[in-house]
Amino acid sequence: MEGHRMKAAVAVLLLAVGLAGGAALPAAAQSSVRVGGPVDQHIDRDAPPVANQIPGQSRADSWHGIRLGEQGTVSIPNKQAGVLIQSEGEAWRAVRNGPLSQYGSWMLGGILALLALFFLLRGRIRIDGEKTGRTIQRFNAFERGVHWMTAGSFVVLAISGLNVLYGRHTLLPLLGPQPFATLTQYGKLAHNYLGFAFILGVALTFVLWVGHNIPSRHDLVWFLKAGGLFSKGVHPPAHKFNGGQKIIFWSTVVGGAALGFTGVQLIFPFSFATMEQMQLFQLAHAAIAVVMIAIILAHIYIGSIGMEGAFAAMGDGQVELQWAREHHSLWVEDVTGEKVRHGHHGTPAE
Amino acid sequence: MARMKFLCDAERCIECNACVTACKNENEVPWGINRRRVVTINDGKPGERTISVACMHCSDAPCKAVCPVDCFYQTDEGVVLHNKDLCIGCGYCFYACPFGAPQYPQAGNFGSRGKMDKCTFCSGGPEIDNSDAEFKKYGRNRLAEGKLPLCAEMCSTKALLAGDADMVSAIYRERVVARGFGSGAWGWGTAYQTRSGQERDRSAGGGMFQGTGGPGPNPGAIPGAGGGMPTQKQGL
Repeated sequence: MEGHRMKAAVAVLLLAVGLAGGAALPAAAQSSVRVGGPVDQHIDRDAPPVANQIPGQSRADSWHGIRLGEQGTVSIPNKQAGVLIQSEGEAWRAVRNGPLSQYGSWMLGGILALLALFFLLRGRIRIDGEKTGRTIQRFNAFERGVHWMTAGSFVVLAISGLNVLYGRHTLLPLLGPQPFATLTQYGKLAHNYLGFAFILGVALTFVLWVGHNIPSRHDLVWFLKAGGLFSKGVHPPAHKFNGGQKIIFWSTVVGGAALGFTGVQLIFPFSFATMEQMQLFQLAHAAIAVVMIAIILAHIYIGSIGMEGAFAAMGDGQVELQWAREHHSLWVEDVTGEKVRHGHHGTPAE
Repeated sequence: MARMKFLCDAERCIECNACVTACKNENEVPWGINRRRVVTINDGKPGERTISVACMHCSDAPCKAVCPVDCFYQTDEGVVLHNKDLCIGCGYCFYACPFGAPQYPQAGNFGSRGKMDKCTFCSGGPEIDNSDAEFKKYGRNRLAEGKLPLCAEMCSTKALLAGDADMVSAIYRERVVARGFGSGAWGWGTAYQTRSGQERDRSAGGGMFQGTGGPGPNPGAIPGAGGGMPTQKQGL
């Protein structure tokens, strides 16, 4: 405010001086312009030589507005082309090529290292008690179908997505430009269409299992004992899903919904979002995806090599009764009516 | 080695759109794509200015930095070109570019944008110079013919300058000194901030009000202001 007023005052003063000078000494002014030489030193060069400035309007402010993305008019159909400089793109680039890529790679590398370390220290988590040879059904065919649709699409989405973020620095030098570009092109196609299978899978997952995933007091105990993951023979009681599985469920539902939402915004450019929003959605999409991949890597580990008997739940849907007693004692009680001894291994309750 | 740059003098551009037309015709640009466009700011108001803008061929090109398949390359003359055979139409260069240069031939749901197209500084692409394949994908390669981009060559008021940065700067500097005011070397601060900072010092767009000192005789003089012929030759 003060600065503007000062500038205005100075401008008026200069203009007045210029006018007065011009009126009083027309001959001197003209000769100084024409002849040049030392007389030039007396010309007030701070005064605007011609009226190029509109009163009350600063050209610098005008250019500054352009720099900040002010939109002009264009005669072509694409009115967005009226934006001369969109600076948000530079911020997008800085975040994507900077912290997003860097922290993302640390996170993925970190989770792989942690899982490897866990495997080295703890080994495969075995069924502690004696196997019964009998199984009970944990997931029916429809549930398994939903799981594998979600899982299968997620794996393709994750790999093709990571390829877009990191492929240039990893696969490209190995494959060469043209094979890598072709691969990435198909990856992009797969990513764009399988996204819908994933969204459907997440929605069905939510409907199927939300009832079993409401947090309960047992989850607190489960977390306090770290699910018995780090100690042999410790098996905190759990219903159909234990605390850890509930974390996976809610990550999948919330993360999947966020990925689906941001993904749809990006797949239909400008249908729902502006340029700036799309840039933010892209960053959010990638960041959430990296976290999800890290969580799902842990899920894949414990559901396959990490634990004996776990894969069968999503394999043929039939799990070893003893496995179920150890990991989902309350669920076994609900389903079979038998009383399972909680908290530690030992002889079965029968 | 020359460093190719565009400069649009906003004090001279008259919004005739000849650059746009010349570009479309010379390069046979696909429908819906405008490699160059003319933007009017403060349209119809005092202080109206028009600017012709295309790819600025940035030193540290954001498009090149974010491309997932690394399809961009920069020639020895600083021109940013891309390989349409590698482009997957992901739209990342379009997100990153400050000047809205990258465009796509299709509307683009499900990522079906097609191959990105942008200004090539009239210097084609990775194909053999002036081959049919190069022309079909990228348009004319005038640089290979020893000519400058047609947009600038056609410009009726020579508002749009294209060519070696030193020469463009020299011409522009001379203009600014002659008219005694005004920067309007639009976009240079965004496109050409380079590592050493030398390029910036050399650029003509440094200050808003030049003509206080500087080269040339009688820099403060306004041509024709006093009436009659100047007794001394003035730098225009």
